[in-house]
Amino acid sequence: MTPDPSTIAFRFGYGLPLPAGTATTPKGMLDALTAPDIMAITYPGPSMDAMRPIMQASDDALKTSRRSQDEGEAQAARTTYRAHLATLQDMALTGATATIARALHAPDGFRERLAWFWADHFTTVATGRRDLGLPSAMLDEAIRPNLTGPFANLLRAAITHPAMLTYLDQTRSFGPNSRTGLKRKKGLNENLARELLELHTLGAGAAYTQDDVRQMAELLTGLIVGKDGFRFDKRRAEPGAESILGVDYAGDTLTPVFQALDDLARRPDTATHIARKLAVHFVSGSPDPTLVTAVAQAFSNSGGDLMATYAALLNHPATWSNTAAKARQPIDFMISSLRALGMTGARIIAMDATTFRRLILTPMADMGQKWQSAPGPDGWAEAPTAWITPQGMAARITWAMDAPERLVQPTPDPGTLMQTALGARATAAIAWAIPRSESLREGIGLVFSSPEFNRR
Amino acid sequence: MTTLNRRRFLHGLTTAACSAAAHPMLSTVTFAGSDSATLGDHRLVVVILRGAMDGLDLVRPHGDALYAGYRPTLSTSQGIDLNGYFSMNPDLSGLMPLWNKGEIAFAQAVSTPYRNQRSHFDGQDILEAGTGLDVPDAAVRDGWLNRMLQTLPGLTSQTAYAVGGEAMPLLRGAAPVSDWMPDLTLDLSAQSRLLLDHIYHDDPLFRDAAAEAMLLTDSLSQTTDNMAGAVSDNRRLADTDRLVDFATERLAGPTRIAAFSLSGWDTHKRQSGTISLQMRKLERVVTRLSTGLGPQVWGKTVVLAMTEFGRTVRENGSLGTDHGTGGAMLMAGGAIRGGRVMGQWPGLAEADLLDGRDLMPTSDVRAWAAWAMRGLYGMPRDVLESAVFPGLQMGDDPGFLA
Repeated sequence: MTPDPSTIAFRFGYGLPLPAGTATTPKGMLDALTAPDIMAITYPGPSMDAMRPIMQASDDALKTSRRSQDEGEAQAARTTYRAHLATLQDMALTGATATIARALHAPDGFRERLAWFWADHFTTVATGRRDLGLPSAMLDEAIRPNLTGPFANLLRAAITHPAMLTYLDQTRSFGPNSRTGLKRKKGLNENLARELLELHTLGAGAAYTQDDVRQMAELLTGLIVGKDGFRFDKRRAEPGAESILGVDYAGDTLTPVFQALDDLARRPDTATHIARKLAVHFVSGSPDPTLVTAVAQAFSNSGGDLMATYAALLNHPATWSNTAAKARQPIDFMISSLRALGMTGARIIAMDATTFRRLILTPMADMGQKWQSAPGPDGWAEAPTAWITPQGMAARITWAMDAPERLVQPTPDPGTLMQTALGARATAAIAWAIPRSESLREGIGLVFSSPEFNRR
Repeated sequence: MTTLNRRRFLHGLTTAACSAAAHPMLSTVTFAGSDSATLGDHRLVVVILRGAMDGLDLVRPHGDALYAGYRPTLSTSQGIDLNGYFSMNPDLSGLMPLWNKGEIAFAQAVSTPYRNQRSHFDGQDILEAGTGLDVPDAAVRDGWLNRMLQTLPGLTSQTAYAVGGEAMPLLRGAAPVSDWMPDLTLDLSAQSRLLLDHIYHDDPLFRDAAAEAMLLTDSLSQTTDNMAGAVSDNRRLADTDRLVDFATERLAGPTRIAAFSLSGWDTHKRQSGTISLQMRKLERVVTRLSTGLGPQVWGKTVVLAMTEFGRTVRENGSLGTDHGTGGAMLMAGGAIRGGRVMGQWPGLAEADLLDGRDLMPTSDVRAWAAWAMRGLYGMPRDVLESAVFPGLQMGDDPGFLA
């Protein structure tokens, strides 16, 4: 199968022109995924190890500022606290620049798109300014290292990352009969347990009950974020065995928790849920049923091996059908535009923070996708109608008309840009319109505003 | 050098926004001057009217019996009679005092040598002033003023850009990326709206979302004032004023040549509405320069307003006009011998039109500019015909300077 390069770039990458060395066959795309993740090293984001001491110091300063009787000491602590928060905010921003720089630079755009897909599948949102870097740390520590292994490994890493434990309130959940629970009179928080079943594995509507959710919540008690990161705190764990989907998990350790996650990863409902999400995200909101079945079967037959799952996706003819049923999300619109304009990863990293926010993050927020701020744990919407709204289009057109000349000089010729950015997707309508623009600026704006560019 | 005045969305420095010269809210202004006496005392202001200004609506041939037939709606408003045959667009009424003093003139049926393709970009390239030599190499853009600077030693140049009409000096070696806040009001030219309509036409999702976005933007700008559109019109006029004031300030000093552009002339649809604001802008440029420069400097000034090509003689089906060939130019200043409509008028009879649709061009618009430079600065004819406007044949001196 030799798909058209523009289909690879639009559907499985971040736009045209394909970077040098990009594979243009399904086999080549899969082979590239087995290579080491060079981009993660080239453009590092914030790590928990780097942020932890500063988070701790900021907590300490906050405590002092609140408790100190000495007004001078309290004032100094407040200043320290604000300085730590500013540092953490700066570190968090490197997560955004790294994501965009990697996507621009990577010869295997498919890896970058998969990283986005799984980060969205396991959506986390920072719960405060102190935690702004957590979603990026989770991307690099839980998601990217597990993109190509068994789904069970990805699931374990994602569920136990501090970003997830914090976002879905696991850190507030106590076994009601645990030592700590009894002492502090605290109980269960079902949030993570519910989303684990509904969003991360089985899928909404699968055959599980409220009892399963509650049992899962009891089983998860003990997962906490300690001073050195994730750990299991036996004193919080609900004593006794839990029964989930008819299987008993005994023992108040991490072992039965991982056992339950591994079992969930192998359920047929999980295979179908993941297969459908992949097809919906990459190909179409109403995917060919045979595509979903093929991907689900590959997932099941391989015991949740993600490479086998991707292979089924890339080797199915429906995947390469000539549709443009999806709308590019703002992140995709942004990266593809930057690429077409010739922006590089190095240029993104060299950009000062204010410029990066004004030209990239703020416009994306205007387009409806505030950075790492999905509206809920179910992540960003997939439907084109969620993105191609009056507000969304006003923001896209405004960016398309106004930002390019701020980013590159000299700006490209609009006709050339049309070829660069659209490839085989250029249509007679857009080719007719571009030379009729009153200015280069508007010609460039038309290319990036066009349905051909915004659909994928 | 004026001080940096940072307002609106501009919070930092940008590089030469040279290709951005047509941005309605961002245009480059290029200045040239000399420390020595190379250029003497005369001032030349070149205004490029981007989008193809309709010369037949600027100076209307009401004396031609065919005119009203070609333009059933555009001919209905009462122009200001100039010489019994031509009348001036009514939105230029503020120019009448200058016309009466001989400080306004028009040239009809002018055009660049560009033919048949009718693309704005290519047409504008021929008239492009380009940047000064003060910008970083990668940002230097070719154009007549740029070439003139390379030809005449001793000239200094400065390229500035204007945002919202507020001009900013450009600094050498400034960072390639500016720091700028996009504005979420969809501020599109009439032509961009038309072209977006076209590319969204067959995609209902995009068509409806964009249409609603434009509608919301329009109603927003209307509800801010009881008089519909008055706010945005006033803002645009104010933007033009600031741009002109910035140029005026320079021209009062050692600057001798200034070039900038006004866009928004691509009037395919409902022209009488769209062109009205444009004409008022043009009127403001001239009257404000005249007042701002004062009698002494204005007396040594020539303003040339030129466009890439004219528009079709016939009105189209949407009360506008399409891309044509022969157009018109406006000349102003105390250094011209005005009160005249110049150029050889080709007539409007079907057989006299180019391709049966466009006003037949009878002179090269660049020749008028070249004669101005020759007359004002004594530039050698061969330099003008080869280096500044390559391939131009200047022909006979049209004699429009005082």
